[in-house]
Amino acid sequence: MIKTKLKKLALATTITTLSLASAGLAWAEDTIKVGVLHSLSGTMAISETTLKDTMLMLIDEQNKKGCVLGKKLEAVVVDPASNWPLFAEKARELISKNKTDVVFGCWTSVSRKSVLPVFEELNSILFYPVQYEGEESSKNVFYTGAAPNQQAVPAVDYLMDEIGVKRWVLAGTDYVYPRTTNKILKAYLISKGVNEKDIMINYTPFGHSDWQSIVSDIKKFGSAGKKTAVVSTINGDANIPFYKELGNQGISAEDIPVIAFSVGAEELSGLDTKPLVGHLAAWNYFMSVESDENEEFIAAWKKYIKNNKRVTNDPMEAHYIGFNMWVKAVEKAGTTDPKVVQKALIGVSVPNLSGGYSAMMPNHHITKPVLIGEIQKDGQFDIVWETSGLVAGDAWSDYLPGSKDLISDWRAPLSCGNYNVKTKKCSGQNY
Amino acid sequence: MTAIAGKPISLLLLLFIFTTPLQQAFASETSDDNSLENAWETLTGKSYKKKAEAIEVIALQNPPEALPAMMAMLESKLYYSKIGKVFYLLKETGDNYEFTPLFDAETVIQENKQGFKKVKINNRLRSLIRQLLAVIQLKHNDADIRLAAVQELLKKPEVESARLVETAIEREDDHRVITAMQTLLAVIQLENGDEAAQLSAIDTLSHSLNSSAMNVLTEYKAPTRELHNKAQSAIKKITDKRDLYAKAETIFFGLSLGSVLALSAIGLAITFGVMGVINMAHGELMMIGAYTTYVIQLLIPNNIGVSILVAIPAAFIVSGLVGIAIERGVIRHLYGRPLETLLATFGVSLILQQTVRSIFSPLNRSVETPEWMSGAWQINEVLSLTWNRLYIILFCLAVFVALIMVMKKTSLGLQVRAVSQNRTMARAMGVRSQWVDALTFGLGSGIAGLAGVALSLLTNVGPNLGQAYIIDSFMVVVFGGVGNLWGTLVAGMSLGIINKLMEPWAGAVLAKILVLVFIILFIQKRPKGLFPQRGRAAED
Repeated sequence: MIKTKLKKLALATTITTLSLASAGLAWAEDTIKVGVLHSLSGTMAISETTLKDTMLMLIDEQNKKGCVLGKKLEAVVVDPASNWPLFAEKARELISKNKTDVVFGCWTSVSRKSVLPVFEELNSILFYPVQYEGEESSKNVFYTGAAPNQQAVPAVDYLMDEIGVKRWVLAGTDYVYPRTTNKILKAYLISKGVNEKDIMINYTPFGHSDWQSIVSDIKKFGSAGKKTAVVSTINGDANIPFYKELGNQGISAEDIPVIAFSVGAEELSGLDTKPLVGHLAAWNYFMSVESDENEEFIAAWKKYIKNNKRVTNDPMEAHYIGFNMWVKAVEKAGTTDPKVVQKALIGVSVPNLSGGYSAMMPNHHITKPVLIGEIQKDGQFDIVWETSGLVAGDAWSDYLPGSKDLISDWRAPLSCGNYNVKTKKCSGQNY
Repeated sequence: MTAIAGKPISLLLLLFIFTTPLQQAFASETSDDNSLENAWETLTGKSYKKKAEAIEVIALQNPPEALPAMMAMLESKLYYSKIGKVFYLLKETGDNYEFTPLFDAETVIQENKQGFKKVKINNRLRSLIRQLLAVIQLKHNDADIRLAAVQELLKKPEVESARLVETAIEREDDHRVITAMQTLLAVIQLENGDEAAQLSAIDTLSHSLNSSAMNVLTEYKAPTRELHNKAQSAIKKITDKRDLYAKAETIFFGLSLGSVLALSAIGLAITFGVMGVINMAHGELMMIGAYTTYVIQLLIPNNIGVSILVAIPAAFIVSGLVGIAIERGVIRHLYGRPLETLLATFGVSLILQQTVRSIFSPLNRSVETPEWMSGAWQINEVLSLTWNRLYIILFCLAVFVALIMVMKKTSLGLQVRAVSQNRTMARAMGVRSQWVDALTFGLGSGIAGLAGVALSLLTNVGPNLGQAYIIDSFMVVVFGGVGNLWGTLVAGMSLGIINKLMEPWAGAVLAKILVLVFIILFIQKRPKGLFPQRGRAAED
């Protein structure tokens, strides 16, 4: 008797659980899943956690505004822990197991290279929000960060034309982005008539903290009578000791300006910026940009993160643009199927935060303005110069011998990431 | 640039030499008030080029407001009201912002900067203003400011500024300023004087280390053979002197890197060297020390100097206690099993990192450097030693001496040495070996905490701080000879110097690799390091 009762009870429980589960399933089907692939632990957590929060905020806001294709968006957050092979595993997990329709993620180039084969194999979509070295164009990746011609080259133009710089120090961390960028810059400078003797290239390991001799070398290099500038591709953690040493050795921005491509207000927060006033950074977005969209975005961000002191940065804007592009493309295509959305994305144009519109180009890069900012005493950047129009991202640099003749166009009939205009051949993917 | 800067200087000069109250009144009567007004208004505009022209106009007419306005602009403290565009000077008084009007208006005090906008300037304007100010500051009462003014003028030597300096040098009594002024005059004479003047100019310049002097000499086209030879030997003299100072600088850099290495390794020399425990969490103990400094600075926000001094004992205690906890909780159970200790402490290090990440966020925290530790001690124009590095060298030596004292003079030190030499015998003599183990580990960890205080002033305070130093620390201890404190100090310093000697020609990346290769080869030859431990204790 008791046994049967128990059995019944068990059966009832199972049924309830099942129905609950199916209800859950039904609900789950009604959402569109958006993958967020940013490191929340390990070395890169410092930069990537902010981007994860940005994505959650954007998704949250979109859900409040109304859904996409009548469905709610649901964020799926995974932690690849700054471990490059793990990025590939987590990407596979997001696409195959969690069935995400789009993934926003990665910071370092090596993590992007690690997930690239996965996205191509499963034919999904990745939005990559960080400035990078270029020389890549994949059918499945949309690059919303700056290519070298959207950051490094205009920055050098500014120094050359506006400041009259004649001698160049290219200082960077020893990995692929600085090496490629410096290669492009060196070729560009030489094409502009700069003598090779007037270019000093210096690489340092990740997290380099003892900058004494390098800063002293820069000081000596810059005392030769010609106006000298440092173009810095120094990454992440190494910047603070670098700038501290610059300040301590008394290198002022009027003597030797340093222009950086990976330093934003966030990296400088807390640092005593008084000795650094006037040093420069080149980005496509600064928090101090004066536009209504930007004010709205900053207010929303501060409210979402519940901290009035948090700053906004360039990769955050890239995600803002990328996310809105994706939403628009999905609405245009009427489906979230990556194969269709990939095509729909090309040509989509959405507002950026600097008061204009950014469009997705056929080479999967976007158009952006280039801004030069000077560090102020409060650690913020004042914009001192900007390009007159938008600059379209160039996947293959025009200044490197190997990639000069390559173009990327993912529209039919070309549909190729590296089409050689001389040999008229598409060499397929090579990364 | 020179063209824009040169003209106003010459005109300013005229103003300064002949300005009497009467003439000033005359000048302001005849000058176009309209253009001055326009110039002020242009400053609120956006174009930096127009602003530069406006600043020149203002400097030229030199109304009484020009000097305070330019000073404020340099400090980015010149604001204007959004309505009416009235200029104000900003003063921050505690929580409030005080806006003092530049012209006639009411002082405004409010809690934020709402309604006001900063007059934005860029590098070009900054150096223009500095050049203009330098002319005025040649008459300043403070010799340091006069010196800075002359050095500013030296950056862009002009005939006009030289004339001004010529009159100023007669009234000058500070020998540093006089030397700088003489250099400036010599630079001008070398370019514009007759042969006799050029000869004496070369002579003056050969004693100067200023880079403008050097540059003007290298570009100098001598009219005669004799002058050419003179100039060449002057260049050689300067280069030789510069090379000498460059060598001194490299040694200093080496010592300072070495002191950081030694400081981070001394703690390890105790835990690894004396106790034989491979503590992979040593770097994280440094990180805890650095975070302690950060927290102390949050607690004493108004006095950064004091907070650093308070942080020293605090970091020692906090890291020491964490060290004791690790010893009691984990390592105690694993004595005699080095591999397991290694793995367990590696696990501990990951736990500590993630704990810090959850408490303080993964973002780097920054510890402010007190005033007396920033900047450099300018010995001459090419040699300057940065204060923070100097203090850290001293701090390293102080910690080292204190540690030697503890080991040699206190009963704890005696017991530590006894236990490390012969545990059973020490226990037989009544030493509580477990208690000594815990304290020794605490001592080593505490010193790691002290290293953290020093590192917090040099680099980022972040969860990964320790990882960057753990390999280097082990390297130093092994190189110096396990169990030998003096060895650690000597090894740290010599590795620092070797690294810095190699860096200029090998690059930072290769220098690091070469140092590692060097140590591997060295250990092959002398497995026990620079100063091997002698006696029976070393046998096991």
